[in-house]
Amino acid sequence: MPFIPHTEADIKAMLATIGIQDVDDLFDEIPAALRGAELTAVPEAINEMEIGRLMQERAEADGHYLCFIGAGAYEHHIPAAVWQITTRGEFYSAYTPYQAEASQGTLQLLYEYQTMIASLTGMDVSNASLYDGASALAEAVLMAVRLHKKGRTVLAPKTVHPVYRKVVRTIVSNQGIGLVEPDYDTRSGNSPLEALEASYHGDCAALVIPQPNFFGVLEDVDAMTDWAHAHGLIVIACVNPISLALLKAPGDWGNAGADIVVGEGQPLGVPLSSGGPYFGFMSCKQDYVRQMPGRIIGRTMDRDGRPGFTLTLQAREQHIRRSKATSNICTNQGLLVTAATIYMSLLGPEGLERVAAQSHANICTLLTRLGSVAGVEPVFDRPVFHEAVVRLQSPPADVLRAMEAQGILAGFALTDDYPELGQCLLVCATETKTSADIDRYAQHMQRILSKRRLDPPCAQKM
Amino acid sequence: MLIFELSKPGRRNPSQSPSIAPVVEDIPQHLLRRKRPILPEVSEMQSVRHYTKLSQKNFSIDTHFYPLGSCTMKYNPRACNAFSMLPQFLARHPLASPATGQGFLACLFELQEILKDVTGMKAVSLTPMAGAQGEFAGVAMIRAYHESRGDLSRTEILVPDAAHGTNPATAVMCGYTVREIPTDANGGIDIERLRAAVGPQTAGLMLTNPSTLGVFERDIQEVQLIVHKAGGLLYYDGANLNAILGKVKPGNMGFDVIHMNLHKTFSTPHGGGGPGAGPVGVNDRLLPFLPVPVVAQASDGRYVVETEKEHPQSIGRLSAYMGNAGILLRAYVYARLLGRAGMRRVAEFATLNANYMMARLKQQGFTAAFPARRATHEFIITLKPIKDATGVIAMDVAKRLLDKGFHAPTTYFPMLVPECFLIEPTETESKEELDSFIAAMVAIAHEAQTNPELVKNAPHTTVVRRLDDVRAARELDLRWRALD
Repeated sequence: MPFIPHTEADIKAMLATIGIQDVDDLFDEIPAALRGAELTAVPEAINEMEIGRLMQERAEADGHYLCFIGAGAYEHHIPAAVWQITTRGEFYSAYTPYQAEASQGTLQLLYEYQTMIASLTGMDVSNASLYDGASALAEAVLMAVRLHKKGRTVLAPKTVHPVYRKVVRTIVSNQGIGLVEPDYDTRSGNSPLEALEASYHGDCAALVIPQPNFFGVLEDVDAMTDWAHAHGLIVIACVNPISLALLKAPGDWGNAGADIVVGEGQPLGVPLSSGGPYFGFMSCKQDYVRQMPGRIIGRTMDRDGRPGFTLTLQAREQHIRRSKATSNICTNQGLLVTAATIYMSLLGPEGLERVAAQSHANICTLLTRLGSVAGVEPVFDRPVFHEAVVRLQSPPADVLRAMEAQGILAGFALTDDYPELGQCLLVCATETKTSADIDRYAQHMQRILSKRRLDPPCAQKM
Repeated sequence: MLIFELSKPGRRNPSQSPSIAPVVEDIPQHLLRRKRPILPEVSEMQSVRHYTKLSQKNFSIDTHFYPLGSCTMKYNPRACNAFSMLPQFLARHPLASPATGQGFLACLFELQEILKDVTGMKAVSLTPMAGAQGEFAGVAMIRAYHESRGDLSRTEILVPDAAHGTNPATAVMCGYTVREIPTDANGGIDIERLRAAVGPQTAGLMLTNPSTLGVFERDIQEVQLIVHKAGGLLYYDGANLNAILGKVKPGNMGFDVIHMNLHKTFSTPHGGGGPGAGPVGVNDRLLPFLPVPVVAQASDGRYVVETEKEHPQSIGRLSAYMGNAGILLRAYVYARLLGRAGMRRVAEFATLNANYMMARLKQQGFTAAFPARRATHEFIITLKPIKDATGVIAMDVAKRLLDKGFHAPTTYFPMLVPECFLIEPTETESKEELDSFIAAMVAIAHEAQTNPELVKNAPHTTVVRRLDDVRAARELDLRWRALD
């Protein structure tokens, strides 16, 4: 029996101890009409060799592509040690560290993680993580509304990841909290103060500032932060953690710094994996810690005066406060945070800076190369971090398909989310791309676009 | 020692980051970082050694029996991890076209079909990233259903007083008020109080069955009638699905919506606090409101990802992409290894183990909270008699168990039972392991009589002793700071 160790003799002895004849007797309190439901769609068991083969075949069918898609999930090199240590059974199969004395490994690691995230974001405190970047932003919005006490509307510019805005709506709308989405400048691709001013009204509680924004463009974070604070708003920074090795920490934005910082933690040592599991990070100023959702680890002393770690401020959480909790969240993404902490320890401040700088250099190289390709033009004139928007003279869907046939994922089409950018592609190059990869991208793009000018679309099937 | 205390300026791992340090010229100075973050500067070996040693300070399923009630700490088969971490699965970008992910999507589609079958539901969405998010999705769908009918007067969610804390917290996040329904003397929901509580304001009832008291809700059919008659919907909290897997389907009990905890019933890792995965299943009524994306199969057999376009009434998205995709693969592998008969055996042997432990502990003089009832996959004992006789409380016994090499059961939950231990052995533990746990309990009960201070001061053998939680909350130390 898979994963059940009982022998016939064990079963007999256990039934005798209970004082029943048959295992089925254990279910005799369940109304008879409900018992014996047949499974019809669950297949019969297969063994480890067979499922291994099936999964191998499916993985191979999915193949391997040269990936230039970013749009919120980024390919970075992950040192071999990261997942070898992370998948050690003592991390992999441990529960939430409620019994602190039996969980010091996980707890200390989370304390180290909190230190790293607080420092990277320039904030005072960090929690032990949330589900992902999008849901972390939703939690930040709820937190900001609690802190502000009066306003029930949050400004989330159109330069914030479109799916993040959707997720925020799903999660906050039932509490009567609204989102207003200020426009971006069509030339610069960032959110100008005039657009914020135009969207502002008396019921606003917070402003979300993405850095870099969804287009890869760098926002003028100092001016936005100061504008928001001048209007009495809470500033929520939504940032890429790798970029922070290079870009100004949100704690240093403007005169007073951001108030809450969130983002997608995936770039820090977590594989792309079709979208998850990832983790969301969240940090904030000291004064706001009691309104922060999620688990928080603190250092304290044991009975013998030795330092140790424990979950703290639990009075905010659902298992204590029930209907009055700051959130219903129970989980932190412990395993992913384990990977991220090991990743950051291996890269260190200089390694992380190199990853960020090389990624930036690579997108600049790619944009330069594409500059000489007829039919591709840059859309925005501001500096970017490691991705950028380009306009194609052919429909992006067709170009993406043609590039895919050459083993290249050429970017993310903005057609659905930004109809006005219907001919545009969001393209990303991280440190994982070599100059040969970038050449290959540019050459195929050139060939495909020039062919499209000469041939009818039906000739594009490659 | 913290990783930061091993750090030395200038130490780095040149193999693991780009070999040149490009100069950034085009970004204006005012957007650049002013000073480097405090990250460790250690060698690869120092890091590996540090985190390996930290891992050794954990209890885990791979090292210890972990009878945490309502948490289903069963063995996490290694194959589930190995086959979900194949390079192609790890490298796939979530926004790559479905054509490049047919293998991955096949696994997800089949997992949806398997989960529909075991829950008796019409459709499943895999996107919620944890149990609490599954709960959120479920209650949000209940709200969307009432609103779609123009029924705007339903403002209240009913929750039994023994429910998980996430239930009332979720109802509030969905904009509802919460009314608690008391439990009767036999651990069932108090039917008369339920009858009195329902009305035109009732949006729904959230129920865990078997309940967190370790018993099956025998009156479930009547509960279902009362709530539905009042116009409310029934929400099934799948925390205890392990107890009935393959034996009873929540859909047949009359539930309209269910969330499952794959990190419990389908043995995906707990990872020291996550990731989880909390897929939701619905019946016909709630079908239009299912969160997106969901995986569907086109008429030509290809797998497609459906979004708001195909589901215009959906409550929307809960994550940036596809939920905890890699965890869903692990659950899929587990389901295939178990197969149809294996699912049923999970419930049978989880229940056998729990009833065996309860019978043995009763024989040894411990007090079951509901001695007249069958245990499900878990059961409660109350240590109040020990407390009354010796002053040793449940938390002391829990800590003493750590000394004896066992993770403690769930303590002080549900709060209805004084000095309670909620014990869930799971099906993957052997009789020998259960017997040694029982022997440890007997030994501790004896110690409580003969040397209560020994138990009150436990643990003695763990890497730290009992921690000062009050100090932790009063003198907040949430990050390391350099001594300078």
